[in-house]
Parts: sequence; structure tokens; C-alpha cells
Amino acid sequence: MQISMTVNGNEVTSDIEPRVLLVHYIREVLGLTGTHWGCDTTNCGTCVVLMDGQPVKSCTVLAAMAAGHDIRTVEGLATGATLDPVQQGFMEEHGLQCGFCTPGMMLTARALLDKNPHPDTTEIRQAISGQICRCTGYATIVRSVQWAAAHPAGGDGDATVDEVIDGTDTVVEDIAAQTQDAEVKA
Amino acid sequence: MQIPAPFDYVRATSVDNALELLSRHGPESRVVAGGHSLLPMMKLRLSRPEWLIDINDLYELDFILRDGDKLRIGALTRHTTLLESDEIAALFPIVRDAESVIADPVVRNRGTIGGSLCQADPAEDLSTVCDVLGAEAVIRGPAGERILAMADFHRGPYETAVGQDELLCELRFPIRPRSGSAYEKVERRVGDWAVGAAGASVTLGPDGTIADAAVGLTALGLDHTVAGATELLRGEQPREELFVEAGRRAAEACDPVADQRGPIDYKRHLADELTRRVLRQACARAAQTQEG
Repeated sequence: MQISMTVNGNEVTSDIEPRVLLVHYIREVLGLTGTHWGCDTTNCGTCVVLMDGQPVKSCTVLAAMAAGHDIRTVEGLATGATLDPVQQGFMEEHGLQCGFCTPGMMLTARALLDKNPHPDTTEIRQAISGQICRCTGYATIVRSVQWAAAHPAGGDGDATVDEVIDGTDTVVEDIAAQTQDAEVKA
Repeated sequence: MQIPAPFDYVRATSVDNALELLSRHGPESRVVAGGHSLLPMMKLRLSRPEWLIDINDLYELDFILRDGDKLRIGALTRHTTLLESDEIAALFPIVRDAESVIADPVVRNRGTIGGSLCQADPAEDLSTVCDVLGAEAVIRGPAGERILAMADFHRGPYETAVGQDELLCELRFPIRPRSGSAYEKVERRVGDWAVGAAGASVTLGPDGTIADAAVGLTALGLDHTVAGATELLRGEQPREELFVEAGRRAAEACDPVADQRGPIDYKRHLADELTRRVLRQACARAAQTQEG
């Protein structure tokens, strides 16, 4: 069957089998391998792309179902040579180690900030709760999103040491408060 | 690599068109909405439809509408929409309780209330929510429209009253004054199926006694509401001893199976404890509504 959709602002048209999943369409037909293919079972979230601005797990969407919609992948985050503040944030705050979960994490972060420019740490953690990172323990990912929230116009990367420490302190405090809450409830 | 078996794909353009396509392609056709239950089953080849009828373009089924003393919710309404609706949260706080623990935020962007109910997984949360709220299901088919109570809609695990050539179009929830509701689930991690969950809905009379109530359980081996709970609670002042007795009855009524999520006695304990908690919360919320 023939499908057409917009991917990172470009109109694409392909002839595909109806059973092709969006993740494989993006990676293999369009050659955009920034979208990763992980668990295949809707759990890990590394295949997250934005469909009409909303994060979706592309291993559980048929390419045919995405026809007529607007898809944004990690390749569509930067504008030319200018990184999206989320990408810059992941660099500044070491939001990745192996990088496997990163594309999905960054797209969810982008969608979160588009909807809620000043999320608190709980909101950030909730937003990424359907995605798995095995390296960072999530703390640096949360800080990366906070960096992006604090620098909506991006930045040249020379955030002051104070800013970085402030961000760190906020996270540590919040985790302490959450632990305390959990202990009280228990 | 998990890839579905081959099938033909068609997009429905209206409810009538979807019904026509279902009739035309017969028993080997399936409707897909969010696809977050059906596509994983197709990828595992547990489901091999020959035709997939995509109803995601049927915006006529995506609505939340107050209509007199009913709240009408279209079957294609996404979990995220239900979670974020302040109108629903004010009328039926149980919906926000449940929606905030259904799958994960990204899955909730796709999954729909109609899809969840039609999948009828025993660990699915919205069946319990609809049960205790006394919802009605509006089903359309070649012979027209029929409206079923949840007890008639849900026939058991993975089985509903929706015929092969029919489409669940809408859920209707009765709005009652002085009412409160709550849901609580225990899960091992975000996005996992429930180890166990309970939901309750309570309506208070003008004198503060319980006029009506229902308790339901999820993933604990009990279809529909806890028999006898309504009779136990009706006419009584909300109080802790009452919740304890309701919990005891829920634990007795359920029939959980031992699996990797826990042994039977733990699950019975959950039925008991979660029933107490949701009744306590539902009564407190109903009392607040009364004051407001």
C-alpha cells in the first residue's frame, strides 16, 4: 500500500506492506537510524518519536497508521547546526552514557517542555516513566531536562558552575523529600 | 524481531463505514484504535486478523460530553485525555486515580477507553472503574444501537458482548449528587499489570448515610462488583468498622491465582486492604462534595 506522511518537515511517500511497524519504516525505509529499536514490546521507550507532537512508541504503531500525520524523530530536533535546548541539556548535564535510550528520552522531554515549560522533578520523572535507562539512574536525565527548561533559547554551553550546582541541589533535595514521604507512608 | 503476520489494512471514514467494513470482511477482521493491546498480540502471532480496520480517523468517537445527568465519553477517547480532564476528575475522581496508573504516559497517548474495555484483560483497570460507576456501554451494529449495563457487557476474561460486526461507540456514566469514588492499584513497577487493585464508588444520602455503593477488584479473579458489599454499606454511616467488614468480604469473594506477581494469600490481603482504602477515600470525597 502507498503511504505518505511528514517526517521532520519533509513529505515522504512509500510503498509498504501494511504490517510494517513505524520504527522499522523510519529506520530501514527512510534510513533515519537515530530512532532506536529496543525491546520490541512497548516497554523500553527507546523507539519514541513524536506523532503530531505527542510521544508514541513507534514499535507499537503501524507505519500505515502514521500516514497523514506529522512525525518528528531525533534527527528533527536540531535546527541546522543549532542543537535543541534538550540536546544541549543532555550534553551539559551528562544525560547519557551509552546513548541507547537517549533519542526517546529527548523527544519525550521536548514534548513535555512544549506542554509545560517549567516542569518540576516529579513531572519530569513521570513524563519519562515509560522509558528505561540502564546507565544514568535517571538523575542526570532529569537534570538535563531541567537545564533545557532553564535555557529555552538554548545556550552556548557556558552555564555557570553555580547554575549547575543549583540544579544538582534541587534534585538531591527532591529525592530526599520523596524518600522521606515514602518512609512516612510505609 | 516481532512482526505481525500479513494482513490487509483499511481506514474507516465513519462509524457506518466501519460497520460496513466489519460486515464485508467478516470474522477475520479486527478493529484497531490505539493498538497497544492488539498490535503486541499480533506481533506475537497470538492474533492473526486478515483485515485490520483502523478507526483512528473517527473523531466523532472522541468526546467528553455532559448530557443532563449523564457524562458521555466516546470510545476513541485516549487515556491521556481522560487523565487530564478536570470535568471527569471532579465528577468521577476514580477515573484520574486509575488513569494515572494505567500503563505509562507514552502508551496513554495512544490507548483508548473503548479499546481497553473491548480487550477485557482481567488485569485491565477501566472495567472495574466502569463497573463501580454503573456505566452503560453503547454498541452499534447492523441492527442499530443497543445499550448494555457493564454486567451484560463484560462476559469474562477477553470476552465482551460486542459482536464481530459491532462497534463499541460510547460509555455513559450516571452523574449522582453527593458521590465520591476512588481507585488504588499495587503494581511492581510503572507500566506493569496490576498485582491487584480495587475501586469503589459511594453515594451519600442527605443525612450522610450511604445511599448506594459498589466495590470492584482488578486482577484478583472477580468479575464485576463484590456481591453483598452494596447491601452491607447501604443505610450505614461511613465508618472504619464498615470498611473493615467490606474488605473482609472482598477478600472472601475474590479468587486470585498465584503467579510471578504474588501468592494467593498476599493477593487476598490486597483485596482486603485496598477495598478499605478506596471506600475510606470514596466516602471522604463524597462528603466533601456534599459540603461543596
